[in-house]
This record gives sequence, C-alpha cells and structure tokens, in this order.
Amino acid sequence: MVRLLQFAGQGVFYAMVAVLIGYFATTPVYQQFPEGMAQLKLSFAHGARREKACSRLTSKEIAKLPPNERRPNNCERKRVAVHVQLDVDGTRLLDALLEPIGLAGDGPARIYRKFPVEPGAHIVIARLRDSRSTEGFDYETRREVFLAEGQNIAIDFKADAGGFIFR
Amino acid sequence: MMELLRAPLRFVFDRAEQGLGLIFPPEWNPMLNLGALGFFFYWIITASGIYVYAFFDTGVTQAYDSIEYMTHDQWYAAGVMRSLHRYASDGLIVVMLLHFIREFSLDRYRGVRWFSWITGVVVLILVYIAGITGYWMVWDQLAQYVAIVTTEWLDHLPIFGEPIARNFLSPDMLESRFFSLMVFMHIAIPLIALILLWVHLQRVSKPRINPPRGLAIGVMASLLLLSLIHPAVSQGPADLARVPGTIGLDWFYLPLYPILETLPGPLTWGGAGVILVLFCSIPWLPPMRKTPVAEVNLENCNGCTRCANDCPYNAISMRVRSDGLPFESEAVVDPSMCVSCGICVGACPTATPFRRASELVSGIDLPERTVADLRQEVEKICQPFKGKNRILMFGCNHGVSMSGLKQENVRSISMRCIGQLPPSFIDYVLSKKFADGVVLTGCSENSCHARFGARWTDARVARERDPQLRRRVPRERLRVLWAGRAGRDKLDTLLRNFTDDLAALPAEKSPVHKASERKKLMELADG
Repeated sequence: MVRLLQFAGQGVFYAMVAVLIGYFATTPVYQQFPEGMAQLKLSFAHGARREKACSRLTSKEIAKLPPNERRPNNCERKRVAVHVQLDVDGTRLLDALLEPIGLAGDGPARIYRKFPVEPGAHIVIARLRDSRSTEGFDYETRREVFLAEGQNIAIDFKADAGGFIFR
Repeated sequence: MMELLRAPLRFVFDRAEQGLGLIFPPEWNPMLNLGALGFFFYWIITASGIYVYAFFDTGVTQAYDSIEYMTHDQWYAAGVMRSLHRYASDGLIVVMLLHFIREFSLDRYRGVRWFSWITGVVVLILVYIAGITGYWMVWDQLAQYVAIVTTEWLDHLPIFGEPIARNFLSPDMLESRFFSLMVFMHIAIPLIALILLWVHLQRVSKPRINPPRGLAIGVMASLLLLSLIHPAVSQGPADLARVPGTIGLDWFYLPLYPILETLPGPLTWGGAGVILVLFCSIPWLPPMRKTPVAEVNLENCNGCTRCANDCPYNAISMRVRSDGLPFESEAVVDPSMCVSCGICVGACPTATPFRRASELVSGIDLPERTVADLRQEVEKICQPFKGKNRILMFGCNHGVSMSGLKQENVRSISMRCIGQLPPSFIDYVLSKKFADGVVLTGCSENSCHARFGARWTDARVARERDPQLRRRVPRERLRVLWAGRAGRDKLDTLLRNFTDDLAALPAEKSPVHKASERKKLMELADG
C-alpha cells in the first residue's frame, strides 16, 4: 500500500514538473509592443566627409615617403559628425549629431532608433547633413506613408542610392 | 554574511529533499540527482536535435516552413521530437539552476571546489546561448523578437562598425546565410559545453552522470506526455515588416529579455558584467579556510590503493615507491584537490584503534585530527560512561545536528565526514565496552557533503568494501541513519527505539575481557 502511494506521489510530482515546464515555456505572454501602435525605425551607418579636405602631395613629398606608403593625397582621418533629423507630421522626433565611430573618428556614424507612432497616414521628413557645412542639409526626403497597426517601416540611408530609403 | 544567504536556501533544499524522500527511494530522489538529470536532459536534447535537424531547412522562409511541417504534418515523430527538444532544454535550465543554488547552499563551491563552480558558470552561460540560438532558428515571431533584442543589445558594445540589428531592419535585408550561421552556433556551442562538462567533472571521482533508471524513466515519460498533450508550436511566421505585439516568452531562457530591451544598454551590460564577476568570485567571498590536507606516512603505507579508490575528489594517486620499502606503490596526496574530508583515513587498514604495541599512526591521516586523536576522544568521552544501554554516536559536521541530545545514555562525536571513521572503531567501542551500542549518522543518503562518506560507510559496514567491519561485531548493537540536516526527529526516534532494543538484548560478555586474551587480540590487530 505504501509503495502504491509512493508511486502515486511520484506520478503527481512528474505531472507537476511537466505542468511547470509546459506553462512557463510560453506563458505568461509578454506585451513587447503597445497594442494599437505602429513603428518607424531609423537606422543607417554612413561615413560623412572628412573634417579637412585632402591636400595634394607634391612629387617630392611623395618621393620622401616609404615606397609602400606613397599616395597622391594626404587626408586626415577624422570625419565630421552626421546631423540627422526626423519629422513626423510636423513633429520633430529626432534631431541628433552622430559622431563617427573608431578611435581616430574615421568610421561611419551610426544610428538605430525606434519610434512608436499612431497607425494611419503620416508625412515623414528625413534630413541628413554629412558635409563640412554648418547649415542646411545635404539630403532631405519627404514621404507620405500609411502605417497599419503593428506595421514597421524602416528608414535606411544609402548615399549611393540617393539618400533615404523607406523599406 | 554568506552563511545568512546559505542557511535559508539550505533549509528550503533540506525540506524539499525530505519531502521528495517520502515518495522517492533515496537513490531516486530528484533533488539528489540534479547533475545527473542535467546530463540526461542533455542527451535527450542531443538525440531529438539530431532527428529534428534531418528535417530542418536553412532559409528565410524554408526554416519556418520546415518546422511547421514537422509540427503539424509529422506531429507523431518530428513534432514530438521538437517538443522533447524544447522541453528537455527547459528542464536542463531548471536542474542546472537548482544544482547551482543547492551547491551554494551546501557550501560546496569554495576551497578546492572553485574549479567545478567556475566551469559550471561557463557551462551555464553556454547553455543559455545555445538555447537562445535555438529559438532564433525557428524564425517565428518569438525568434524575430529574440533576434532583434539580442542584436540591439550586442550593438551597445562599440565593436561593430555597422549595427548588427540592421540585419533585421526589413524583410529584404535578411539573408539565408544567417540561418547557416545559427545552425553552426547551435551545434558548436553545446559541443563546447559538453567538453567543458567533462572538465567540470575532472576533480571528482566516479561522477554520477546517469540518473537511476527509475528516475530516468519517470522524467522521460513525463516529457513525452507533455510533448503529446501540449506540443511545442511556433508563434506565427516572422515578418520584419511588422512588430510582434504579444510574445509567448520562454521564461526559462528569456526572462531577462524584457529588461534588456527596456533598460539602457550601459546599465544592462554593466549589470551583466557585475553579475558575472560576482558569480566567478563567489568561491573566494570569503575564501574557505584551508584545513591541513591529508598526509601520507610512508612507514605505515603499504600502497594498498584503498585511499585512492575511496577519495571522492581524485586527490590521491598511486606512485612508484620512493622510500625503498618492499611495496609496489605509495599514496600521494595532491593538496590542491584535497578537501580534508578524511574519507581516505576511514579507508586505511592501518587506521585501527586496537593498535597499542606501537604508536597509532595510520598510513594516511588528517593532521588536524588524527586517528590517534579520535581514539583518545572516544576513550575520553566514554570515561566515565555509566548506566544502561549506553550509545555512542558518530556523526558528521554537515549532517543531522547532534547537539542538545536529551538522552543521558547517548554521547556523540562529530567528524568532518562519517567516512573518516574506520570501521574498526565500531568494533573497538563495542568490544572494549565503551558503549553498548553505536550509531552512525551523517548527511542524507546520496547527499553526502563529501560525496561518498555515507556510501562507503554503508559498504564497509555491509562488508562489501574494504576495510570491512569485522564479523564479530554484533549487528544488533549498530544503527545507521542517513537523515541529513532536517532529520533530527528521525534521529531522536532512532535513539529512543535503539535504547529500547538494547535494553531487550541479553547482557553480552566482553569477548576480550580477560587481559591475556586482550593482549593476544591486540597483537593480532597490530599485525
């Protein structure tokens, strides 16, 4: 009888373990994004112009250089910060100066930001300056987008492709 | 400070162990088989993973579709295997975490045990990474969430030129190559973990890596039933053009993900770093007081190998004889691996208290408390020990508490481990009439603080392992109780019953009550 009760107890124990594992394997559910919202995601990695323009080396200067380091131009490595703005329906969601990465500041400036927005039609304006000028923007894209609930639109930037890309 | 943390945890584990002890035989008790269960889950994961891999396609759309095929079209085989893979992985995390906390609560992580602790921490991290890459491969909405949060978190490190989360920016940016990488990681990381598990066990002898058959069958059956009743399913295909709102998180693997995506990166990385450093430094917070390790006395060591065979931590090896005595080998203690449990002393055939003709020095001994000291303690505690039904109890510092015993007929000696007691002491106590009965007690069965103290003692008393208890010892005058810390009630009951049993026994004549016979026996014992 005791042995029977022990087996029954073991059965209950195994059932409890199975329920515990089965339950916490997926529940309770987690609301990771607010219901009834959509999302804009702005992300790019872009190398801006160098802080100083390259200077042309003379043939004498080139000759002085070790053979494996000879080049026509002398360029300082540091790049300028990228200035980026994002407006949605006239509201500025982002206005940031993105410093170049790298110890010498010669890498690309990078951004990865998410903005929850109401679903529906929106006017999105993205601007970017990557030159040495201190005013105005080198790239500007105005796009009317329609975001359904739960939809995600990514705004990328590729200078080669002409500027901002809405994906 | 640490003891304040350990004590309540130990209380919980003791109670859990005791509760499970009511329904499981001692060798099946899941709480005493956590490490072995971990291995068992690992093998289930491996076998089911190999099966599932045969049907898995690596591709942006193929991955999800192939898993859907397994789950729905071939639910009876690949679907069950997928569920087993999933639930066994969760089970692995549960037993690993319990194993960690239990070892901490039992103070089995400091001193020479730092090695197992640190390698265990690394294995735990690897198992988590392996599990997370597994979720990634399904490429459902949960996978999308896991991929994005993981890469966003990694992007807080200033080591990537371009944010790696950009790989999941939009559907057109994801490549099938990514799944090949995930498959590689999902196979390579568990293999590395397995190698580390081997390293993890290097400092223990005879590690228990397989659970008892009954327990294995029970666990397997429960996982199978769970897989059939509540199969693991995907959470809708991943779509990078959408943001999954509600996710069914696996709370065994992903409980920190909501924190990772909510708190600032420097804070989460800083926190992770602090936790990792804390985990890795716990064995030295504070460091365990190093007790003098076992010492070999070559003049008394005949190289019988019993101490090396019984050492639970591989701290003793047999080397070629170095002192010229006509024996093949000699025992050598590695101080960096010895925990000073004294089990080797209990195994040494020269550690007999009957020795009187020469000084009592055993072949291997603990300098802090030698066999001679132990004999002296026995004699001291039993002089005078008058009255009827006198019981001398040998216990250990980690088992049932022997303090505050109310019975006047009971006296006790506590040792580092009950395995430290050579069986000849039982004979000595009874034959010399120091007491009328002997009780051996200690940690609960299968849960010896020094791993094999209770097991070897049982085997020595049962005459199944050397040094064996002599046949002449009246078994009705010996009781053994493996009750653990929470077993004080059991001990009190045993002592009461044993007292009654001793009272009912006929008065026994000492087999060595004549001086001439005693001398003869001592000479025999000496040699």
